[in-house]
Amino acid sequence: MQHEAHTHGIDMAALGRDRQGLNMANERVAIDVPGLNLYYGEKQALFDVKMTIPNQRVTAFIGPSGCGKSTLLRTFNRMNDLVDGCRVEGEINLDGKNIYRKGEDVAELRRRVGMVFQKPNPFPKSIYENVVYGLRIQGINQKRVLDEAVEWALKSAALWDEVKDRLHESALGLSGGQQQRLVIARTVAVQPEVLLLDEPCSALDPISTLKVEELIYELKSKYTIVIVTHNMQQAARVSDYTAFMYMGKLIEFGDTDTLFTNPDKKQTEDYITGRYG
Amino acid sequence: MSVKQNNLKAWFKSGSPWIWMNAGAVSIAVIMTLGLLMVIAVRGLGHFWPADIVEADYQIPGQEARVMAGEITQIEEVPRARLAASGLPVEAEGGEFMTRELFKVGNRDVYGADFTWVVGEWLSNQRTPENLTALERREWGNFYGYLVNVKEAGVLVAEGDASWPALQERIERVEQLHTQLVRLEKKDIGRINAGLERIRLQTRKLELQGKLNDVAQAELDAERAQWDAEYKVLETELIALNQAFNRDSVTLKTVDGREVTISMGKVVRAFQPNAMGMGEKLSFYFAKLWEFVSDDPREANTEGGIFPAIFGTVMMTLIMAVIVTPFGVVAAIYLREYAKQGPLTRVIRIAVNNLAGVPAIVYGVFGLGFFVYVLGGSLDRMFFPEAAPAPTFGTPGLLWASLTLAILTLPVVIVATEEGLARIPRAVREGSLALGATKVETLWRVVLPMASPAMMTGLILAVARAAGEVAPLMLVGVVKLAPSLPVDGNYPYLHLDQKIMHLGFHIYDVGFQSPNVEAARPLVYATALLLVLVIVVLNMAAVYIRNHLREKYKALDH
Repeated sequence: MQHEAHTHGIDMAALGRDRQGLNMANERVAIDVPGLNLYYGEKQALFDVKMTIPNQRVTAFIGPSGCGKSTLLRTFNRMNDLVDGCRVEGEINLDGKNIYRKGEDVAELRRRVGMVFQKPNPFPKSIYENVVYGLRIQGINQKRVLDEAVEWALKSAALWDEVKDRLHESALGLSGGQQQRLVIARTVAVQPEVLLLDEPCSALDPISTLKVEELIYELKSKYTIVIVTHNMQQAARVSDYTAFMYMGKLIEFGDTDTLFTNPDKKQTEDYITGRYG
Repeated sequence: MSVKQNNLKAWFKSGSPWIWMNAGAVSIAVIMTLGLLMVIAVRGLGHFWPADIVEADYQIPGQEARVMAGEITQIEEVPRARLAASGLPVEAEGGEFMTRELFKVGNRDVYGADFTWVVGEWLSNQRTPENLTALERREWGNFYGYLVNVKEAGVLVAEGDASWPALQERIERVEQLHTQLVRLEKKDIGRINAGLERIRLQTRKLELQGKLNDVAQAELDAERAQWDAEYKVLETELIALNQAFNRDSVTLKTVDGREVTISMGKVVRAFQPNAMGMGEKLSFYFAKLWEFVSDDPREANTEGGIFPAIFGTVMMTLIMAVIVTPFGVVAAIYLREYAKQGPLTRVIRIAVNNLAGVPAIVYGVFGLGFFVYVLGGSLDRMFFPEAAPAPTFGTPGLLWASLTLAILTLPVVIVATEEGLARIPRAVREGSLALGATKVETLWRVVLPMASPAMMTGLILAVARAAGEVAPLMLVGVVKLAPSLPVDGNYPYLHLDQKIMHLGFHIYDVGFQSPNVEAARPLVYATALLLVLVIVVLNMAAVYIRNHLREKYKALDH
């Protein structure tokens, strides 16, 4: 009963998911962040973030706009490198290796750490070519291999049945939700270890959102998933662990049930009960 | 405030005046464009119509009356005083204006000039006799007169009216012979000349290298002898053809009674416009029009066709496009994608934009000074020392004209491509990078294909500008009359060092440098129309490709 008082409309039981027994101490570590500062020019955007992303679990980053959750997500595949004046201090260890070390192959890192963006961004190519894009980049061109990869990836993204008859039509003809699942298919086609989802449903309608959420639940068994979301219900629905960020700082990080029902920090409680954000 | 004022104010506020103004501007632009096309089309295309040949008595007061004949090409009203001032014996009495008519009387070899102005009031008894014949000749312009007889090798074949079918028959024969002659001279003898020139250069080259020993000399001599033998055969053939070509002759009598004998070899076609029906006139018209676009020019470019100019224009523009597109695109990619955005790139961008505003003739001067003399001169010294002192690339030519136009249009391509690159959504680039593609792979596989319509836009603008440019070309490779096309059957098939003809320069040349201004004027319009058409066709081709690409890489609009 204590729970209900805190969750304010998020009915954890109704989500029908069993998250009992989740404990960070028992998880294998996928990404370890021992301490990270990030600057955009003079302005500091992340302040001494320390966290570990558990392997083959869904970790959600929540927090108000501008809190640095997307910035943090984008450090995991070094997408921030593309931003002028962005500077990172500290380490991020993926499988025990610092991805910010000298000589890191960024392209290979990004293959291992796939990313899905806010807006669906299919290439203006056919559905088939979108899915095999990453494979072609790796120099894989045998038709048989590509065909299999397309079927497998589209099935993984729960899109196969909808598009199997028009694989060679333009991807731009798909609906927004289908496009987003295509982007997910495209990402899993290169068999990454980690999937970064940057507000993947913010541009989608509720039905498409539901489909993508179901998909995330499916994919969890194979991939470590990190999702940034504005939508707390979504975080509560899909994630095993949740990190709450505020003003560039990691305020609280723990298993989702605990964080939503019994947060440690006052700020977290204020946020999830809707007092600000 | 009165009601009227209020109404006016309301009208202004409603935005109607603004819409009217905009619509007005558009209409004026449309009307001006259509008007321009109409003027050049009407004036240019009218030239090929077989107008009636008018015969009339012309009586200058105080002089003996004479008979004259010709096409009336222009009629205008002039003040009586001006005619009097030019020394004509005009009566002081009468209306303020008199008509003046421009007669194309032809027969330049007889009268000295093809065109005469006559005073309309002094013409009388105008008639159009059906058997008045016009001959189009290879030189000296048209001849107007009555057929007297046709002779074959000096022997009379037909006389009077019976000469007409005999003449037509012989013109057909002469036309066939002419085609053979041209083929023989241009193709076969051209090939031999190219071969002989090659041997001469080879000899000279060996000589310069000090390798010209007896063996090599003998080899070259043998080759030369072979060419010479081949030439001997062709020469006999050529002489025979020429004799056959000039075998027949036709005699005509001018309307004022002078008999002139013209060799059939000089006659292109004969026609009796006064006897022609509408259908005949139309077919004649289209035959002339076809000749205009497909034939070589004659008589200082005032007769015949302008095919070499069309070919030169298109060729030069295509080579320009082939040079400017990759160059401009590569420069734009560096500026937009790789160069650090800062004051330096800004300065470069401003400089590039301003280059588009530099007067074209300046590029011409640069092309002559740098490409032709410096670049061409060094090429000659390095690769063609055997041809010295005759320049190969050290003289204006197709390559330099294309290159000059390429730098002239480079800014357009750079700016358009840069804009295209800037419009590619960031999300698409990130999508590619996030899949493990490097920046280059992203560029090649996603960004450049998506930016290709913008590149085509740049190319369209470049083609439009280049094809119409004249001033710089006069310095770097366009001439009044090029003896041969830059593409032919002799190795290396495309002759980048050759001078070319160009429609724009052709307009200038025919309009201002022609010895026969009256004859040339309609051609100025016709050539201008053709130039516009060529540019339209080139542009339409590019637009078609662009639309195709656009459809393929439709930008993400959500």
